[in-house]
Amino acid sequence: MATTMLKALNKSLHDALDQDEKVILLGEDIGTLGGVFRVTDGLKSKFGEHRVVDTPLAESGIVGSAIGLAYRGYRPVVEIQFDGFTYPAFDQLVSQLAKLHYRSRGRVKMPVTVRIPYGGGIGSPEHHSESPEAYFAHTAGLRVFAPSSVEDAYSMLRQAIACDDPVIFFEPKRRYHEKTTAELLPPAPDASPKAKIVRPGEDVTVVGYGPTTYTLVDAAKAAEDEGTSLEVIDLRTLDPLDIDTVAESVKRTGKLVVVHEASRTSGIGAEICAEITERCFDYLEHAPLRVTGFDIPYPPSRLESHHLPDLDRVMHAVDTVMRHHEATEGAAK
Amino acid sequence: MSTQHIDVAAGCLPTHQLLNVDGKRIPDEELDHYLKDLKEADLADFLRDMVVLRRMDNEATALQRQGQLGLWAPLLGQEAAQIGSVRATNDDDFIFPSYREHGVAWARGVKAEDLLSVWRGAQASGWDPNEVNIACQQIVIGSQALHAAGYGMGIKFDGGKQVSVAYFGDGATSQGDVNEAMVFAASYQAPVLFFCQNNQWAISEPVALQSRTQIADRAHGFGLKTWRVDGNDILAVYAATKAALNHARHGLGPAFIEAVTYRMGSHTTADDPTRYRKSEQLEEWKAKDPIDRLVKYLHEMGADVQSYEQRAQNAADDLAAKLREAITSMEDPKAEELFTNVYAEKHEPTERAAKNYLDYLADFEGGE
Repeated sequence: MATTMLKALNKSLHDALDQDEKVILLGEDIGTLGGVFRVTDGLKSKFGEHRVVDTPLAESGIVGSAIGLAYRGYRPVVEIQFDGFTYPAFDQLVSQLAKLHYRSRGRVKMPVTVRIPYGGGIGSPEHHSESPEAYFAHTAGLRVFAPSSVEDAYSMLRQAIACDDPVIFFEPKRRYHEKTTAELLPPAPDASPKAKIVRPGEDVTVVGYGPTTYTLVDAAKAAEDEGTSLEVIDLRTLDPLDIDTVAESVKRTGKLVVVHEASRTSGIGAEICAEITERCFDYLEHAPLRVTGFDIPYPPSRLESHHLPDLDRVMHAVDTVMRHHEATEGAAK
Repeated sequence: MSTQHIDVAAGCLPTHQLLNVDGKRIPDEELDHYLKDLKEADLADFLRDMVVLRRMDNEATALQRQGQLGLWAPLLGQEAAQIGSVRATNDDDFIFPSYREHGVAWARGVKAEDLLSVWRGAQASGWDPNEVNIACQQIVIGSQALHAAGYGMGIKFDGGKQVSVAYFGDGATSQGDVNEAMVFAASYQAPVLFFCQNNQWAISEPVALQSRTQIADRAHGFGLKTWRVDGNDILAVYAATKAALNHARHGLGPAFIEAVTYRMGSHTTADDPTRYRKSEQLEEWKAKDPIDRLVKYLHEMGADVQSYEQRAQNAADDLAAKLREAITSMEDPKAEELFTNVYAEKHEPTERAAKNYLDYLADFEGGE
């Protein structure tokens, strides 16, 4: 039977609540309603109002009280209802949650998971389609997970909850209804998620995460028809960033395209391009390229198809690095 | 009333005062009950605590002037508010302090040199929160109030008997986090005590800029059981804190205390209060000094005050000498500590950054 990402996330929370009595869920509308996306559907009735807690409408309050619960020995999992509502909690995330282990000299652990449904493409009003991951990847002390597959949504959420560090867990909301027929397996003990080559290739390394991974797989299929072989890498975690896997790939392909919905400047793509330029300079046959959202506030939804990297924009970037490659190959002949 | 120098509207709640400025005991129908177990020896201990604390504070200011500390936030004048409240808590009540609650931490057994080491810049925090049941000191104004609310929710959910205590100042009451904390604590009827030291000043800003009503009245509006006390009267602070903890501990919901006191010193050693407040105000508050007041009361009681003062003085001298020696001989941390405890679990980029930098340093050392 096929399982959706929503169901996989629900099962992940269910299993974590079931196996560790210190796991506690906090968020707006997550209890009686089961969450606006129904990720927490049925959990309050099964585990009770002291394990699945509807909170007042205050994001800083949600994250700040989760920190207090962690001081008390709990393992809180909080839901921020939409990406654009994360910012009221910014101090608690960046100055408190991220830094308490360091500040306390390792004496206080902050095993808090912050789930954020993020990204665009669902036709929503302002503040419901943003991709704020770079803020958190930039902040030492936080781990940032961004799964794309249904299987990863299950297992990486289990890993995030089990982790003694705070994890900002980005859920690709426009892929919530993706399905898998594979069995959902808990992660191996002590395994931490690494970048994954989801489709091997030879000509160009294309790197994405979360919602764009699906776009990259589509691009790889389209490119194959044109005789170009793309190696698709799903980063899975943005902190730690698994540059080794990307570098190993680029050393083979000599070409890199990074794709994300978030704005371009100072984004995850910029970091990857810089790291790869430092590590693989002699292997590069073309400057690394980025295909990203523009440096604009998230636009009204009737314009979002321009803003979100789609198959055509990815293919355009792939063509650019390939044309250059073909031109120089031609010149050498 | 005279404790308010600026236009804050008269409040709905009375200001409890059990010792007036002359050290005369004023009966208080509601709070006297909470003093019944206090013996003369306890009052002598309060005196010692406040004298030692004031000495520690003065030593810290001096050490900062001498370059031994990077900064210090004096608590001069707030000794009764801090000692009176913390001495009313149980050891397993968990406290979330701001950066000025040195007296609270010290009274729970934190060594003065460990406290000061943070202000020296030698380490990020000076104690193990789980050993003394006090969180790390908080510098962002008011953020810790939410941690206290969450901790209190945890006590409520797991059926504990402790109370979670948040300390903050009058300035913090303007912060969203403090207001959200009161909402959360009230919603879940969590055992949380919000202890506000209204010391009249948030750096240069008078309390009227934060609140046009008495702070206690605002807390009352959140549905918190609230007391307003003379914060320089250690008996009123102690009794009200006992009452508030009793209320919270018995499942009656969160409580709030506004302790009306005065920051007699600067905001920090980097501040110059003469730029924004008049010396007359300081003189007015010197007459309400919390230590003098307790001494007067002990005299009223016919206690052997001289021996108590001598004992307190000896303890203060002892602490000062040891503190100075410990701070001036404190070694700087090693470069490795830069990268330690950023994460609780293995984190390869941090390990790589540490190795690269330490190798770089080692190259220099090798080249010399």
